[in-house]
Amino acid sequence: MIEVLASGPYATVQDLGRPGYGHLGVPRSGAADAPSLRLANRLVGNPEGAAGIELTFGGCHLGFSAGAWVAVTGAPCPVELLVPGSAPRRLPGPAGPRPDPGAEHLRNTRAGMCAPFWVPAGGRVRLGTPTAGLRTYLAVRGGVDVPPVLGSRSTDSLSGLGPAPLAPGRLLPVGPALTLPQITVDAAPPRPVTSRVLRVLPGPRDDWFAPGATAALCAGPYEVSQDSNRVGVRLRGAALERVRGGELPSEGVVAGALQVPPDGQPIVFLADHPPTGGYPVIAVLTPADLPRAAQLRPGDTVRFRL
Amino acid sequence: MTGATGADQPETTVIRRAGEHALLVETGALEVSHRLDALLRADRPAGVTEIVPGPATVLVVAPGADPLRLRSLLSLLARAACAPGAETSVPERTVTVPVVYDGADLAEVAALTGLTPQEVVDRHTRRELVAGWLGFAPGFAYLTGLDPVLHVPRLSTPRTSVPAGAVAIAGPYSAVYPAASPGGWRLLGRSPLPVWDATADPPAVLTPGTRVRFRAVPG
Repeated sequence: MIEVLASGPYATVQDLGRPGYGHLGVPRSGAADAPSLRLANRLVGNPEGAAGIELTFGGCHLGFSAGAWVAVTGAPCPVELLVPGSAPRRLPGPAGPRPDPGAEHLRNTRAGMCAPFWVPAGGRVRLGTPTAGLRTYLAVRGGVDVPPVLGSRSTDSLSGLGPAPLAPGRLLPVGPALTLPQITVDAAPPRPVTSRVLRVLPGPRDDWFAPGATAALCAGPYEVSQDSNRVGVRLRGAALERVRGGELPSEGVVAGALQVPPDGQPIVFLADHPPTGGYPVIAVLTPADLPRAAQLRPGDTVRFRL
Repeated sequence: MTGATGADQPETTVIRRAGEHALLVETGALEVSHRLDALLRADRPAGVTEIVPGPATVLVVAPGADPLRLRSLLSLLARAACAPGAETSVPERTVTVPVVYDGADLAEVAALTGLTPQEVVDRHTRRELVAGWLGFAPGFAYLTGLDPVLHVPRLSTPRTSVPAGAVAIAGPYSAVYPAASPGGWRLLGRSPLPVWDATADPPAVLTPGTRVRFRAVPG
């Protein structure tokens, strides 16, 4: 069992989401930066789609009642591992909740990003504020074993499906690890999680915009707005001018779509985007750049390239 | 709704790219979207993860598919979906939705349409509607085919909370709210029939193409 001692600004359980229900109005959801969650899972020997924890701006503090292998990926942040000190006459910990050992009995060691580490029973993991990027992922061997909804343990911030966002005091069960393959990777090479230049493919509704609109989009820069979330990255910059009036009939949209509401300021759809939309999509991010968009912070500037 | 099964269909279907992993097929009409959706679900092409019909399009998400092969297959299927007589190939499903017509906006809808509340109920129950597509919330179906006399604008100020089961109208659509949510549609009544159950398969009762009949029941 993992106890949430502090959740940071916003933390949720995420796996790879609920694909296949878009026609029923269900967002796909899942990790906003899916490659980072997949990597964290591989590092602890989990299937890539196991549920982990997605942190927004770090700041999470977790207590482990039983020992577990853990890996942290995504937006790089300080990782502190607090392990019970050699206090006298401590019995080997049973795998169940125990009285809080108190921080004074914990020895502070450092752990790193992108490498599996062992958290002993009674240990804690504290994640600081990321130095770059926005979303950090924590995987635990066995996976976070909350009940699935429509085949996924993800919190969908748009529809409310899945578990509630993490809050202090919340207990997260950990799944069985006995049948998982051995951990074979010591560390994954660190890689930049975000990029200030994102590549797009024009369409499907670029013909709803003035001839220079795609060029204007790529001239940039655009600034990431404060009201960005798991649904989308709201951008502020040159307005993209429409030539076609009227309303677009509602149509299916994909993650990475740059939807343009009437004010001309694009929104990049992330994991919890609505499955259908009524504003034209001028361009769609390349699949490789979608997780990078999910790592943009409010205030960052970004450019687009065809 | 315009029929698109005749000769006014273009020779080739417009298929737009929606990023590297998806294609957006222009069907031009809801019935064609439903037929293409049914054809794709009956024999799902390899690599297709999402099929999302809309009033004039079908979005096909296929991260694992060869885009050129998928495009030519979709072109063929779209033509089959447009062909005269194609409607017979779609299995029809009809759902009767019981409604207690005691909604907060029933009197106002009557005033807006110049009908009595009973006439509003009669016009809402008389026609068979069709679940066009879903959006807004899981299980929220836009029901098309509403009597034009009942086309009323949305509320100017949406309610912060509409209860699950609320039966409402706005513009050319009717809907049953699958869960409590904010909402700007005008409430005619409430249905005891749950239209969303995340533990059921499928979780939504009003899937695209489902025929829907409202029936007045006592409260």
